[in-house]
Amino acid sequence: MEIGEILREKILRVQEYVLLSVEAMANLFRRPLYWGDICTQADIIGVGSLPIVILTGFFTGGVLALQSSSTLSEFGAKSITGQLVSLSMIRELGPVLTGLMVSGRNASGMASELGSMQVTEQIDAMRALGTDPIKKLVTPRLIATVVMLFFLTIVSDTVGTLGGGMVGTTMMNLDASQYFHTSYQALAYPDVLQGLIKPLFFGLIIATVGCYYGMSTKGGTRGVGHATTQAVVTSSVLIIAVDFIISRLMLGIFGG
Amino acid sequence: MAHSNLLPEPAPIPDANAVPVVEFSHVSIGFDGKQVLRDISFTARQGETRILLGPASCGKSVLLKLANGLMRPDSGKIYVFGEEVSALPQSDLFRLREKIGMVFQESALFDSLTVRENVAYRLREAHAEDATVEARVQEVLRFVELEHTLDKFPSQLSGGMRRRVAIARAIITHPELLLYDSPTGGLDPITSATIIDLIVKQRDVYGGTSLLVTHRLQDAYMLATHTFNRETNQMQRIPNSGLDFSTTFLVLNNTSVVFDGTLQELQHAEDPFLKEFLS
Repeated sequence: MEIGEILREKILRVQEYVLLSVEAMANLFRRPLYWGDICTQADIIGVGSLPIVILTGFFTGGVLALQSSSTLSEFGAKSITGQLVSLSMIRELGPVLTGLMVSGRNASGMASELGSMQVTEQIDAMRALGTDPIKKLVTPRLIATVVMLFFLTIVSDTVGTLGGGMVGTTMMNLDASQYFHTSYQALAYPDVLQGLIKPLFFGLIIATVGCYYGMSTKGGTRGVGHATTQAVVTSSVLIIAVDFIISRLMLGIFGG
Repeated sequence: MAHSNLLPEPAPIPDANAVPVVEFSHVSIGFDGKQVLRDISFTARQGETRILLGPASCGKSVLLKLANGLMRPDSGKIYVFGEEVSALPQSDLFRLREKIGMVFQESALFDSLTVRENVAYRLREAHAEDATVEARVQEVLRFVELEHTLDKFPSQLSGGMRRRVAIARAIITHPELLLYDSPTGGLDPITSATIIDLIVKQRDVYGGTSLLVTHRLQDAYMLATHTFNRETNQMQRIPNSGLDFSTTFLVLNNTSVVFDGTLQELQHAEDPFLKEFLS
């Protein structure tokens, strides 16, 4: 295949992705909204991801406290471990790690489920039965992912800070009151805002990328496998890239 | 169902002056640089059953998807119920599809839904009342003789049973146009005969227009030479080697239509491809 042709195909796929995303978002304002499907997806994405998000958050907070307190103690600043843990968790690690975890679990799930439906003509059958598959399949996943990722991030931030506190007090001889006091005091509204805006974008990425790869699956079971892998890789890279862009923008708006 | 006329009777000849239910006008489509259909033109009138015959991979299924607006042609126009499907926006296509039922090649049942939920899907989407939905589901499942499978999942059914559920799902709203995509493909001869029996029953009991894709000549012949006897509740041959005049043929080969006519005309065609295809 020529370079021009490859480029043309890539641009075409980006165009298809953008059209699907815009259509899925526009459906938020069109009836019917499939509330049953939204609740089912919220349960799968939100409740289903809770254990991995709690575990990831807890151990990330713990390892942050472990690593930072030993380094900070060299400068006699061990007391600000809580500040470092909470800022890192709430600004960056909470949203990004939760996004990556949910991406690995749900972008792949969406791509494989919709991909299987695509290759067995179930999506065509849905169209033939008079249902818009974007409205029925993509929009509920989009709403559920954005809403649930927002709350999962809050859970991750909280558990991470608690995990850091637990490790700090039990293993690094930090004072619990001091840890939580500095953790809380270090936080400013821009930090919290930054940490809560990110999951909204990450949720959008996970749902639209997962659904796009699922809906555009070709080539039987091998195609489903390929779509699943591509969905996780693309959404993970996009999450990290968008995290950088949002962080830069927020720093520009609110200052360092 | 009230069956006043118990004798087998061939369907009436479709009115040639009526507006066609389906009309293809110089339709062409291709994928990945390969032409699949070229300059296809034909019509299907009210009450007509059009059988699309042709060798494998000659674009028969694509033609059905074009008729249902699931694909758009590269050129040409497609009219269904007088509306140009090839130019309708998606929202209007969903409205138009309320009058169309489609049976897919591999059934395409929703594998995470039970038979009951699959068959009721269209009525549920239309927010029909529970009692109505249940009654209609029972009625169509009785029609395809699968009323005992209500709570089974598609994976628990045989290939033939899945096709019958797909037929039940397609006919639950008694659509005016039915599209069958290789309904007997991949099935053994006995199961195929059961499916053809059901299609003949659907044609002769509910009426309506159908486009049926198949590469199996024996199925096509059976559709043209048999009728449904409501008294015996079985398909039977039309007496005196008679034909069902509402059932006509369209043969595709190498991207184009090579024959359009009745079974008699097909049997007497001089085209070398048709002779070889029929032999």
